[in-house]
Amino acid sequence: MISIIDIKTGNVSNINKVLNGVVTLDPYTIEKSDKIVFPGVGSFDYVNSIIMPVKNIILNKINDGTPYLGICLGLEILFEGSEEGVSEGLKIFTGKIKKFDNAKKVHMGWNTIDITNNTLLFNNITNNSYFYFMHSYYNEINDNTVAETEFTVKFSSAINKDNVYAVQFHPEKSGENGIRLLKNFRDLI
Amino acid sequence: MPAKRIIAALDVINNSVVKGINFENIKNVDNPVELAKRYEMEGIDEIVFLDITATNEKRNILKNLVKNVASEIYIPFTAGGGINSVENALDIIRNGADKIFINTYAIENPAIVRKLSDVLGSANTVVAIDAKYENNNYYVYSHGGKINTGKNVIEWAKNVDDYGAGEVLITSINSDGTMKGYDNNLIELLSNKINIPVIASGGAGKPEDFLNAFKSGADGALAASVFHYKKYSVKEIKNYLKENGINVRL
Repeated sequence: MISIIDIKTGNVSNINKVLNGVVTLDPYTIEKSDKIVFPGVGSFDYVNSIIMPVKNIILNKINDGTPYLGICLGLEILFEGSEEGVSEGLKIFTGKIKKFDNAKKVHMGWNTIDITNNTLLFNNITNNSYFYFMHSYYNEINDNTVAETEFTVKFSSAINKDNVYAVQFHPEKSGENGIRLLKNFRDLI
Repeated sequence: MPAKRIIAALDVINNSVVKGINFENIKNVDNPVELAKRYEMEGIDEIVFLDITATNEKRNILKNLVKNVASEIYIPFTAGGGINSVENALDIIRNGADKIFINTYAIENPAIVRKLSDVLGSANTVVAIDAKYENNNYYVYSHGGKINTGKNVIEWAKNVDDYGAGEVLITSINSDGTMKGYDNNLIELLSNKINIPVIASGGAGKPEDFLNAFKSGADGALAASVFHYKKYSVKEIKNYLKENGINVRL
């Protein structure tokens, strides 16, 4: 069973339609789940406060090898912190999420991803496909980057390390390609 | 860089999509969920739902509509019209909208823009501005284009940018519903003055209108009548834009 973390602000109805999981903040349910999806609409500190009661459970599940898919804020939360807020992330990865420091400070709209490392998440997805982005903060290119996108700077549009997958874009808002990516995660063994 | 966005607007009253001319003479067009699905199939980049009865009749947006749309489509959509509290906005996001927009509420209570962007995230908070050009000035109108607030459009847009809005949806009341082109002068003025995306609205009638809006600096161009009445398909417009050097998603 796939747990989709109920962060109270996110649109999860169509994610759940593809994954057929359960939208929850219940510690017991998350503890038992085979996979975890962390969707992402909201600000860093606000979402952090919402997940506080289950934060350690999510962390333990990730450390135990449970496949995790972070979407947007669900990617950002994996790091130590963000320039968006003062609270601490899950610290799975080192580094801090940065704020776009350019004329247009919100990266919003359809952009292409340059796949630099072909993980299972990208099965049947062609390189330079369009995905929908909506964020003001980003993860710098690092060792775990598997796809890059450019918005005045190049940043990580997808990362992967072992059981941890995360994307900065919104697959649930990216038409056919997004549905394919969600199914790829669902079908991971 | 992201592709320029073609956005369909759906004005909704009592679960029907309508389209007015210069904010009046409202006509019924179609079922909103069916129309949204059709647009998604045709390649629209985004959809905006405006509950046009909400502000005037002081009632909340059609939450059920948002919910129905959210489970049916896989492209982003924005909803607004009559949002008047943080709870109200959160409710709409929780029912499946990706972004909310506020208009009169922000004018009456500017601090709410900061509050909403703190909770929802800046990128999810859109401020809609209805602009009317008169006496050599662009004025901000509230209450569905009925009341002149006396505010200057550019100054107000700079304010909401500072308060944390993620995007400005600018509608020219003068050109809305005319299908004679966007107010490109307004788009150019605005996109040079603010640091967040500008969505042009009001007046689209043919592919050249979209081209001119993008050349004037718009990040997205919103239209209703063009698509509702199948005057041009989304694909025809995007092909035209691509031929003219605009980066679009095909």
